[in-house]
Amino acid sequence: MATRASAGAAEAGANLPFLYRHHDKDALKEALYKMHLIRLFEEGAEESYMRGLIHGTMHLSIGQEASAVGICLPLTDDDQITSTHRGHGHSIAKGADVARMFAEFFGKTTGYCRGRGGSMHIADVSKGNLGANGIVGGGIPIAVGAALSAKQLKNCKVVVCFFGDGANNEGAFHEALNMAAIWKLPVVFVCENNQYGMSTSAERSTAVKDIAERAAAYSMPGVIVNGNVLSDVAEASHQAVQRARAGEGPTLIESKTYRYRGHSKSDRNRYRTKDEIEDWMTNRDPIALYEAELKALGIFGQDEIDVVRAAAAKEIAAGIEFAKESPSPETTDLEQYVYTEPA
Amino acid sequence: MVARLRELSYAQAIQEAMALAMEADERVFLMGEDIGVYGGAFQVTGDLVNRFGEERVMDTPISELGGAGVAVGAAVTGMRPIFEFQFSDFATLAMEQIVNQAAKMRFMLGGAVSVPVVMRFPAGSGTGAAAQHSQSLEAWLGHVPGLKVIQPATPHDAKGMLLAAIEDPDPVMIFEHKLLYKMKGSVPEGHYTVPIGKAEIRREGRYLTVVATSIMVHKALEAAKALEGEGIDVEVVDLRTVRPMDRETVIDSVKKTSRLLTVYEGVKTLGIGAEVSAMIAESDAFDFLDAPIVRLGGAETPIPYNPELERATVPQVPDIVAAARDLVRGAR
Ligand SMILES: Cc1ncc(C[n+]2csc(CCOP(=O)(O)OP(=O)(O)O)c2C)c(N)n1
Ligand SMILES: [Mg+2]
Repeated sequence: MATRASAGAAEAGANLPFLYRHHDKDALKEALYKMHLIRLFEEGAEESYMRGLIHGTMHLSIGQEASAVGICLPLTDDDQITSTHRGHGHSIAKGADVARMFAEFFGKTTGYCRGRGGSMHIADVSKGNLGANGIVGGGIPIAVGAALSAKQLKNCKVVVCFFGDGANNEGAFHEALNMAAIWKLPVVFVCENNQYGMSTSAERSTAVKDIAERAAAYSMPGVIVNGNVLSDVAEASHQAVQRARAGEGPTLIESKTYRYRGHSKSDRNRYRTKDEIEDWMTNRDPIALYEAELKALGIFGQDEIDVVRAAAAKEIAAGIEFAKESPSPETTDLEQYVYTEPA
Repeated sequence: MVARLRELSYAQAIQEAMALAMEADERVFLMGEDIGVYGGAFQVTGDLVNRFGEERVMDTPISELGGAGVAVGAAVTGMRPIFEFQFSDFATLAMEQIVNQAAKMRFMLGGAVSVPVVMRFPAGSGTGAAAQHSQSLEAWLGHVPGLKVIQPATPHDAKGMLLAAIEDPDPVMIFEHKLLYKMKGSVPEGHYTVPIGKAEIRREGRYLTVVATSIMVHKALEAAKALEGEGIDVEVVDLRTVRPMDRETVIDSVKKTSRLLTVYEGVKTLGIGAEVSAMIAESDAFDFLDAPIVRLGGAETPIPYNPELERATVPQVPDIVAAARDLVRGAR
């Protein structure tokens, strides 16, 4: 996944943003592909829902693609993440197969959770994704536990813990950060601050102005990044992951971003203005910003970008077909997976 | 004077109760996540924030343990908070304050204080929200002396029992099945209360008593109707209160019908049906039984996401029909 820049690309210019100094053309293309894959996945999920193919609820991460992809860029397949209710992007960024994600959405046995979990519980343990979570803040101590394993097993793994601005007001956040700090665990806390926890703005719910300030209470670095600029996110992640891997302990990254869609399918957006949403969509779209940069630096032309997007669209369409055609679980298997089956 | 009746949804009935209580008593206020401008995850508070302002319809941060504790502290010191959990599942985050503090404070202090807090819990499965947003945990809280636990099944009772809960000097936990929120029913205007601790016979019958809670009351009534044609006459008792349980109504009903079926959505084992069954087994109604007691409860599994699995996890009308038929026809 994370590839070191080849000498050619790296030496081109010391003034280049981090991303372009550290990653070669293939890696840059892969990142773009994943950003499109995330957005198209979310759009495909939304459409499937509208057409009555999916029940339940869903939390879309459209607008937050750079955050998911940038954070996961320096991670290897062995590194682990914990994710949130808004976790499709994290899952894809960590290398999940969108067909199996759709299958989970459709409640099928081929899904990542064999149809038992649905959108809010998608996990891909084989690629180090320990799972989305229906409980706000629920994954934070779990990430610290995974980092404790990594330290005790001395396997050099790093754990990235994603959560939202709303989650930083749960007790679990504070207890977990403290333990990560006192035990110097290899974990990176990533607060994706999209400014709202459901309808409640961070301003109304949170005593500090920047959530990164809370790092000081637990004696760890607190870093603020523009979560819509892929290179900035990747750079912050790179440093925090290096620090964690070197045994120097945790970092709190606050990735400032925005969700375009409502909190979930039932949101009427009464707590924010149309103008605010419009502004983010037109002036700070993470995919548009990245593509503009790629073009300005002469790395890819529009035609190459179109090819990347088309390939992602094809993968999404195939994924939805796979999900539709997959079998549903049998009701006779209702109690399967409640406990570990005897070997 | 008889109050005028109107059709209201279960959610509207709760909202009306809260509004009436807030109008009548300045100490009553609401706390919860996204209950202000959003109107609550299930639109139960609706636009109350416009009527009563942000000081009395308070959005909390996502802090269930702290929020519930703040409500307990306010209740002990003269206020009448109504705390909404966004989903009943999040009671698990606040168990410390509910179980160790709210339930026991009066007792531990030898009666020096009381804790008039109301907590509301949107509960149950059927919405495709999977394992962490679909649980029925009323039996958990029903296990705790010091708490009162209620499960109104109709809009009428939702309003009347909530008003009773607000006026109650002790902590009252209300479990509201999410699938009931849109159900309509006739609700009197103005103030009235429905007593906590009293079950209600929803349908009289001769051959079998079905004791049901919450949404299962409606499923039991539907099953009873289906069985009419077969000459199986079913009595349906809406338990309404989990703690303190109405022994008299249930015992009298079983003495009359000689058969008992309990139906509830929470996990079957160690659930409400176990308590109702034991109550009969320990009473003189035991001698009247013509058949073993049967429990229909949730399967021994977390709630799955897949819709067919989800449906199969909790009792449905055909399950009740089949169990009732077996009981009365003597197949058991
Ligand atoms: C413990 C808990 N409380 C409340 C909820 C309901 N809920 C789900 S997501 C959410 C908002 C979370 O906000 P944030 O952490 O900022 O994440 P975002 O949705 O913005 O990605 C809320 C209140 C929950 N799932 N778990
Ligand atoms: Mg947020």
